[in-house]
Amino acid sequence: MSIAAIQEELIDEFSLFEDWMDKYEHLIQLGKTLPLIDPQRKTDDKLIKGCQSKVWLDAYLKEDKVIFTADSDAIITKGIIAVLIRVFSGHRPEEIAAANTNFIDEIGLKEHLSPTRANGLVSMIKQMKLYAVAFQAQLKK
Amino acid sequence: MALNVTQIREDFPILKREVNGKPLVYLDNAATSQKPKQVIDSISHYYTHYNANIHRGVHTLSQEATDAYEQARKKIQKHFNIAHNHEVIFTSGTTDGINLVANGFSSFLKTGNEVLVSAMEHHSNIVPWQMLCEKTGAQLKVIPMSEEGTLILDEYDTLLTEKTKLVFVNHISNALGTINPIEEIIEKAHTYGAAVLVDGAQSCSHIKPDLQALDVDFYVTSAHKMCGPTGVGMLYGKEEWLHKLPPYQGGGEMIAEVTFEKTTYADLPHKFEAGTPNIAGGIAFGTAIDYLNEIGFDAIAQHESQLLEYATAELLKIRGLRIYGTGKDKTSVISFNLEGIHPYDVGTILDKLGIAVRTGHHCAQPIMDFYKIPGTVRASFAFYNTMEEVDKLVDAVRQAQNMLS
Repeated sequence: MSIAAIQEELIDEFSLFEDWMDKYEHLIQLGKTLPLIDPQRKTDDKLIKGCQSKVWLDAYLKEDKVIFTADSDAIITKGIIAVLIRVFSGHRPEEIAAANTNFIDEIGLKEHLSPTRANGLVSMIKQMKLYAVAFQAQLKK
Repeated sequence: MALNVTQIREDFPILKREVNGKPLVYLDNAATSQKPKQVIDSISHYYTHYNANIHRGVHTLSQEATDAYEQARKKIQKHFNIAHNHEVIFTSGTTDGINLVANGFSSFLKTGNEVLVSAMEHHSNIVPWQMLCEKTGAQLKVIPMSEEGTLILDEYDTLLTEKTKLVFVNHISNALGTINPIEEIIEKAHTYGAAVLVDGAQSCSHIKPDLQALDVDFYVTSAHKMCGPTGVGMLYGKEEWLHKLPPYQGGGEMIAEVTFEKTTYADLPHKFEAGTPNIAGGIAFGTAIDYLNEIGFDAIAQHESQLLEYATAELLKIRGLRIYGTGKDKTSVISFNLEGIHPYDVGTILDKLGIAVRTGHHCAQPIMDFYKIPGTVRASFAFYNTMEEVDKLVDAVRQAQNMLS
C-alpha cells in the first residue's frame, strides 16, 4: 500500500470515533502495537529533541525500504509515533521524503494535542524525513 | 471571615471561558495567576487616558503617569512593610531581580568565597549563581532536602561558615509548595555576615511578607503571580546594599549627569531602573496589590488551606497516586504522579476535560532528579478556586487513570 493509501485508511479509521475519548483510547491501543526500538540501540543519541516526553526513534534500510522502530515513556506519545510508523515504515526513502502529512490534521491529532505535544509531533516527522533523506543519499552512491 | 468565592469569580472574566467544550478549571496558578477586571481596566485606563513617559516631561500627562507609577511604588512599599520607598526597585520580574543582585555581587566575590543555594530552587535561581561563581571563582554549595521535600537545616548549619557570602533560597518551592523557614535561614546567615536573597515568586500570592521583620537583605517577586500583569516585578534591597551594588544596566533614567569623561549615577531607586520602564505594568501591579488586600490575606490563606486539605485528602484516595512535597508547612500546590503513568499523559487527558494543570519538571530539574522521576502533574490553587473544582480535578484524574492504565 502506498503512503497516501495508508493515510486514507487512517483517516477512515479515526473518523469512526466521534468522541475524543474513543479517539484517544484508539491511539493508546495503537501505541501497544508500536514496533519497539532494539533495547541495545535505545540510547540518548536516538532521542528526538522537541518532545516533552522521551521519544527514541531508530531507522535502518531493509533492501531499499526504510524500517522505523521507536519507543516512548508516555503512552499517548507512543500512540502518535505508532501512527507515524504505520504511515512511513516500509517505504522507499524518496517516497517518505516527498510525502505530505496533511492526514494528521484530518484525523484530528494535531488539533487535539496540546501545543508542546504538537511540536513533538512535528519533530518526529522531521526526524523521520531526515532519516529518509540520509538513506536516499546513501542509496545513490 | 470566609470568602465569597462566587462573587470573587465575577471579577475574573477568563474564568467564564470554556476549554475543549468544558468550563475552564484553572489550576495552574503557580505558573501565573489570572487577572481581575480591576487590573485589566487599570492597564486600559492608563493607555486610554494618561499614557506618557515618566520622570521627564513637564506636561500634564507625564506628571499624571509619573504620579501613578510612583504611587504604585508606595503601595508595594506599604504592602511589604519596607522602610524606604527607594528600596523598592521595579524590575521585569523575579528573574530580572535575581540577575541584578547576582551581577552586583560579581564585583565583590572572590576565590574562597561561598554561595549557598537550596536544593529546591527554580532554574532561574540556580543559573545566575552558577554564572556568578564561574566568573568570580567563588564556590556554589547546595543545602540538601529531605524525602518529604523540606530543607535539611542541620546540613545548612554545617555549610554555613565565614566563607559564606550569600544565601539564596525560595520562600516557597514552585514545584512542591513547601514553605521554607526563611526566618531561621536569614538569622543564621547574618551571624556569619552573609547576605540573604529570598525568591518570593511563589509566596506573594499566598502570604504577605513583612520584609523589615524578616530582616532579609534582598527579596524579589513578580506581579503576574499575584494577579498583576506579566513583565513587571519588584526587587527589595536594604538601602545599604543597594548603595553598595553597582548599576546593572546603563541607559536613560539611571544617570544623574553624563559627560564623555564620566557619568554619575542617579540616586536610588533610579540607579537600577535604566530606560523607560513598564509603566502600565507598574501601575497595574499597584492595582493588583490593592485588589488582594481588599480580599485580605487572612481570608485568602484560610480558603486556600481548605482547598489544599480537601484536594490532598481526595487525591490520596486514588490508588497509586503519590504526592511530592509532604512537609507540614506548604501552600496550595500539589505535585503528584500516578504509578506507572507519565505526567504528560495525565496532563493531556486533563486538558481534554477543561482542566489546566502544569506537567513536567517545573523548571526544577534537580528536584525531579532527587525523586528520580521525569516530572510531575502539578495542580496549584488560588483563592478563586472552588471545592467543586477540586472534585472535577479528582474525577478527571480517575478518568485519566482508567484510560491510561
